[in-house]
Amino acid sequence: MKKVLKGNEALAYAAKLARPGVVAAYPITPSTTFPEKISEFVANGELDAEFIPVESEHSAMSACIGAAATGVRTVTATASQGLALMHEVLFIASGMRLPIVLAIGNRALSAPINIWCDHQDTISQRDTGWLQFYAESNQEALDLMLIAFKVAEDKRVLLPAMVGIDAFVLTHTMEPVDVPEQGEVDDFLGEYRPEHAYLDPERPITQGSFGYPEHYMEFKYGQWLAMEKAKRVIDEVFEEFARRFGRKYSKISTFGVEDADVVLITMGSMSGTAKEAIRKMREDGLKVGLIKLTVYRPFPKEEMVEAVKNAKVVCVLDRNVSFGFGGAVYGELAAVLNNLPERPKVYDFIIGLGGRDVTRDDIRTVAEMGLKAANGESIPEINWVNVDKEAVEKSEGVMR
Amino acid sequence: MKEITKGAIIYEPQNTYTYLTGGWRTFRPVINYEKCIRCYICWTYCPEPAIFKRKPAGEPVPNERVAEKDVVYIDYDHCKGCGICVAECPVKAIEFVKEEK
Repeated sequence: MKKVLKGNEALAYAAKLARPGVVAAYPITPSTTFPEKISEFVANGELDAEFIPVESEHSAMSACIGAAATGVRTVTATASQGLALMHEVLFIASGMRLPIVLAIGNRALSAPINIWCDHQDTISQRDTGWLQFYAESNQEALDLMLIAFKVAEDKRVLLPAMVGIDAFVLTHTMEPVDVPEQGEVDDFLGEYRPEHAYLDPERPITQGSFGYPEHYMEFKYGQWLAMEKAKRVIDEVFEEFARRFGRKYSKISTFGVEDADVVLITMGSMSGTAKEAIRKMREDGLKVGLIKLTVYRPFPKEEMVEAVKNAKVVCVLDRNVSFGFGGAVYGELAAVLNNLPERPKVYDFIIGLGGRDVTRDDIRTVAEMGLKAANGESIPEINWVNVDKEAVEKSEGVMR
Repeated sequence: MKEITKGAIIYEPQNTYTYLTGGWRTFRPVINYEKCIRCYICWTYCPEPAIFKRKPAGEPVPNERVAEKDVVYIDYDHCKGCGICVAECPVKAIEFVKEEK
């Protein structure tokens, strides 16, 4: 059924359709309307779940871990500082192999306090062992959320998953969304019936056990293998989702990369803007293509290599930054390409932090820089887009 | 080959018992059965637990009232020497002796 939904509502509808047994959540802008909607579903009897309003995000994730360890489907949501507060328990969820699904309203981190979009919050949780999906639209938000449950709970994977949607650009923006029927989702997801982690007095087990040096590394290698296997499982689930619901996803989507001199890489909502900008540039005869990265963990290395192999230059638009290095996707792509005999040059563009709009003009600026590099001109490896550098240099001072 | 499970789940109940922690001990609690009144406070408080009960087998007893009661004994393979039993014993029947060789 078509509904007009905000991004958080789309995520909440997906969560409801998954029929979770427990939702433990703590509100934080811009994610708040997710737990609001869930509590509304529970209160009016549309969702038969235990809704636990906790006192912090750390508690939210801890309660989800406890619930998931009993063998029940569990979901929560957060953003920014809330996700940062969950940090240490995120490792526990993945280490205990509990397929919790976490909806994120991607938001900048303080200081200065800022409630608007960038990807710093989830990128900072990159190494916690969670699958990471990024949506471009509210329809993708709903679909990827359902897909996240299916992949996370697959017996070959059993890893938690987070689905990120851009703060306000998606969380609070209304779009028409095709909401599947309950029966269709039941058929797609099935019941969560884990074989490894559940509570049964007839089968006493220890979860959250001690791991001595002679075993710890094997458990970590197990998580590594699960993440590697997830690559194929994600493809299978995307296929099945397309068969059942008619919408086809892939870890990366490409747009005119085959003959492009310059390929841009984006995540989240700016991908739509980038497509528009590239359409116009193509009309102007500029050979620019796009890769939209939907799955960031596991990092789709093989697909990335394939998609950029014909390009002269790759420009990564990173809505995050690792101070003292550069953007995360830039660094990872450069690493993935490193051992190829021939490879495109890779440049980084830090863009859209703290809710600064990413416009078509910004995208064009990036692409034109890339085209310069493709023509042999020298450009900086790390570029900050649309920043008043003069003002910052006046305040910070510059060493020359 | 090591036994590895998903999520480090242990499916064998009580297997912590196979891990011996007695080597952590600096002081060894030693029960003086001539003072012990079989109140089982040490048995209650031992966090390990490394204090167990068994039927009396000829140990000296302080009086006839406790002669038939279970005696407590310390499992030195698991006692970490925390001294809680020593502190809690109401009749000071547990000595804390430095482990020396």
